[in-house]
Amino acid sequence: MSLLISSPHAHGGDSIRANMLAVILALLPAAGVATYLFGWLAVFLILLCMLGCMAAEWGCLKLMKRPLSRVGDGSAALTGLLLALTLPAAIPWWMALVGCVAAIVLAKQVYGGLGHNPFNPALAARVVLLISFPLNMTSWLVPMHAPMLAALPPVDLYNFGDCWSLFWFGPEALGKGLDAITMASPLGHVKTEWSRGIGAIEALRNYDYSYLDAFLGREAGSLGETSVLALLIGGIYLLARHTITWHIPLSFIVTVYVLAAVFNAVNPEHFAPPLFHILAGGLMLGAFFMATDPVSSPVTPRGQLIFGIGCGILTWSIRTFGGYPEGVMFSILLMNCAVPLIDHYFRPRVYGK
Amino acid sequence: MNILMAILTLGGLALIASIVLAIASRVFHVEGDPMIERIDAVLPQTQCGQCGYPGCVPYATAVAGGEADVNQCVPGGERAMLAIADLMGVAPKEVEEDAGVPMLAFVREDECIGCTLCIKACPVDAIIGAPKQYHTVIEDHCTGCTLCVEPCPVDCIDMVEKTQVLEEWTWSAPGKRPALENANQNSDEVKHASGTA
Amino acid sequence: MLPALLKRFGLNQLWPTAGFPGGVHPVEHKITADSPIIELPLPPQLILPLKQHIGEICAPLVEVGEHVLRGQKIAKSQGYVSASVHAPTSGTVVAIQDHAIPHPSGMGRPCMMIEPDGKDTFDESRPPISDYRNADPAEIRERIRMSGIVGLGGAVFPTFIKMLRDQRNPVQMVILNGAECEPYLTCDHRVMLEHAADVLRGMDVIMHAVNAKNGVIAIEDNKPDAIAVMRGAIEAAGMKDVEVRSLPTRYPQGGEKQLIQTLTGKQVPEGRLPLHIGVLCQNVGTALAIHDAVCLGMPLIQRVVTVSGDAIPNPANVRVRIGTPIPFVLAQCGLQDLSGVRLIHGGPMMGERLPRTNVPLVKSTNGILAMKREALYSEQAVEEPCIRCGHCVEVCPVGLVPNELAWHCRNDQFDRGQEYNLFDCIECGCCSYVCPSHIPLVHYFRYAKGQVAKIEKERVFAEQSKVRSEARDNRLAREQAERAARRSKVRKQHAPAADGVKKTAADTKKAATTTSKTEDDKA
Repeated sequence: MSLLISSPHAHGGDSIRANMLAVILALLPAAGVATYLFGWLAVFLILLCMLGCMAAEWGCLKLMKRPLSRVGDGSAALTGLLLALTLPAAIPWWMALVGCVAAIVLAKQVYGGLGHNPFNPALAARVVLLISFPLNMTSWLVPMHAPMLAALPPVDLYNFGDCWSLFWFGPEALGKGLDAITMASPLGHVKTEWSRGIGAIEALRNYDYSYLDAFLGREAGSLGETSVLALLIGGIYLLARHTITWHIPLSFIVTVYVLAAVFNAVNPEHFAPPLFHILAGGLMLGAFFMATDPVSSPVTPRGQLIFGIGCGILTWSIRTFGGYPEGVMFSILLMNCAVPLIDHYFRPRVYGK
Repeated sequence: MNILMAILTLGGLALIASIVLAIASRVFHVEGDPMIERIDAVLPQTQCGQCGYPGCVPYATAVAGGEADVNQCVPGGERAMLAIADLMGVAPKEVEEDAGVPMLAFVREDECIGCTLCIKACPVDAIIGAPKQYHTVIEDHCTGCTLCVEPCPVDCIDMVEKTQVLEEWTWSAPGKRPALENANQNSDEVKHASGTA
Repeated sequence: MLPALLKRFGLNQLWPTAGFPGGVHPVEHKITADSPIIELPLPPQLILPLKQHIGEICAPLVEVGEHVLRGQKIAKSQGYVSASVHAPTSGTVVAIQDHAIPHPSGMGRPCMMIEPDGKDTFDESRPPISDYRNADPAEIRERIRMSGIVGLGGAVFPTFIKMLRDQRNPVQMVILNGAECEPYLTCDHRVMLEHAADVLRGMDVIMHAVNAKNGVIAIEDNKPDAIAVMRGAIEAAGMKDVEVRSLPTRYPQGGEKQLIQTLTGKQVPEGRLPLHIGVLCQNVGTALAIHDAVCLGMPLIQRVVTVSGDAIPNPANVRVRIGTPIPFVLAQCGLQDLSGVRLIHGGPMMGERLPRTNVPLVKSTNGILAMKREALYSEQAVEEPCIRCGHCVEVCPVGLVPNELAWHCRNDQFDRGQEYNLFDCIECGCCSYVCPSHIPLVHYFRYAKGQVAKIEKERVFAEQSKVRSEARDNRLAREQAERAARRSKVRKQHAPAADGVKKTAADTKKAATTTSKTEDDKA
């Protein structure tokens, strides 16, 4: 009594789980930098988000009477990790949990679960949080080890007890206001200075901006987005492992660079230099880990190039002309909408036709 | 006054839009195939009458006229039902009777008295023979409608399963058990009609 | 170093590279690469299916009880696309009946059973064409046709049809396919090592028959010994117009269309034969069979087969008579007990699992794999949702979007499937091989192809039934009209008579006739 089984009878051994675990592994350097900058807070936030997403996934599967073993495929854990890395370190724990539920329930399971979500769940959840809690989502905790800060950071993040209080009870538990422990990110600073009529170059100068620190990650920002070096290590690992292909990250980053370079050449005082754009904000995290989310990105190589270019144009445009200082998240989500169309029009050429 | 303006504006817009739509529906009117023909085209043409109507065209007429349901064609099965429901723009209905394996009529020739009654009954002229001669069924033409079984006065017509030959075999969907593999698992000699044995 | 590095990162796809797009590199498992070809003894009975090729089934030429000689034609081809069957040894025909054949359905076909007499007497009626270079190409082609030679790479398309001499499309290049990209299989590899000169002569026969100027022997670079041996043989034979090309090891390099793309950079246009672009492609084993047929006068009655797999105690390359029962072959390689073992006819990528074990080895058998059931991927795989990773798109050698295609096939949307080029799929299995969700993509495509064919057949049948039904309705209507016409004629003839004399008598008579007539009609 057996089923009719078609060839092939061999398999390369790849699995969903292996892919998800590889991405989690690739994010470990970034998570490490986050811990270096934000101490115990980063550990708490990452753990909370990963557990929160897995719990939400478990609940949904239970409700929909689907095999509960799917919690173990690693996709929910990865969503949690990605979400944590896009959050500011000083976010209250319950907001992070709201994000977890939004990511798994709203952005993934209501569409039919793994493989059916049109948007990247972590990014969709981040949008929900950004719109619901704009203040908390744009207040960046002053990191340790950031040389552009003359004074010591206002919170000793190596102290487990302080972190514990800050995490669960907010800055008030330490007798401080949110303002006192947070600062602007480089992108936010440039945007604010623009609104005061100050050009980008001048703005970066009065921020004590340094390319090297941005590359290494010693600056303010979301947990996992600051260190270009750590993200590059993870990205190259994924490329070498063939979990992702070069098409989306390369076209995304190159497009941002080219656009920034052209406009910077036209008006170097006003427009930020291209290298700043490459190193700033969530570009690296987005290009290597968010835009390449297989479910919500095109499947064909040509489609992926179009997708990456679209993301790049939108990112630079939002950063330069938009209301928000950072555009990576919105650009990826907007391009996610276009994926069915891209997949339809950019199919490979069929042999002999 | 403001409310009046709003009502007038919206009403005017609605009026204009309705006029445009009315003109458009005239100008771009699509002359479709008559519904009866389109329904008839998706029916299997067995002319078996299992739907309760004396043939495929009568059933198509009944469906188009709203008298018959979309799920009455037994040999057409789910595919015909879905096609008809799609044409009629109504919700699909469950097909109650399963068509099962394809069948063929078979005349036991030594018992046949040559009365020609089955020939008259066959809707697709698939039975040949003359009065007082044995009749036989042309296998390739038989639709398996069973209409010839009843009229036979000596009851010499059987419905037999249509034998599957290798050339007609197709892959079943993944995960579904194929019909053949369970049968005859242990015997190595396989029988089918076109064999030379 | 650099190309390998580029490939690692997928950067080799940045610009068009030589060769076909996509492909995979499965674990090779070529465990029999160093095992010399073993001659197998004759089995107690041979089972010869009367159709072992693409095309029409053959008609038996001998009767049950008749004695046949080795190489004697026992079934002749019918129609153009067909290939005769020959007796693999001398013996007696004991039966002609249906028997299971190597097919995924497990169904049977008419077969001829021959009991060998052990003498193996050769049928001398077809002398070798020893001086083939001066022979008429038409004669060579006819000999190949008469010898029942089909493509031994697995497609079993009658060889003579490909060897057409067409004025409009002259053959520029003859390709000998020694790629053997399927894992496990090593039969072509061993044939090249052990019969290099004969293979080369077979190729020379083909080139002469189609008047080709160039010849290429294509071998994957995982067989450096075969490349060296073939180069040596070419030098020894002094054939200047033949060269050996070492190809990158990549499945499905040995697919005819993929191989042509790799070697010429051209694609065979849709719906055409390779001949259309001046290429003739033959398998290494086929070339050896052509050599045997032309230079030795021996038709296709045996072939080299790889017997391998993790359940085989002594994997080997064996030369077997066609028609030998597969259990006999396995027993010769040390596998007696087939419980818990799955047999695969061919390689693991394109071979078919055999639902029945007692089937004969046929012309298309290039390998028999006996795999432990619990180790067979296709038995264990559990389908998970597609995560749209796009790996299937990357590896598809014909440029399909397998994940979308499978989606439509699964939902029985066969029209959409055809829009997504369902029928261009070559079923190579690359997409299923890389799928992280273990989706049986090839199975979906086969299911859909079968359904499309079935629906089309049913449509044609329904159309014909409709025509017959309408013809019958028209005939019945016509008959009724004719009867009505006759009736009114009769009425008219009687009418004047009834008008004058004997009115009452006539009236009664007429009334009676009319009633009976009506009753007749009703009946």
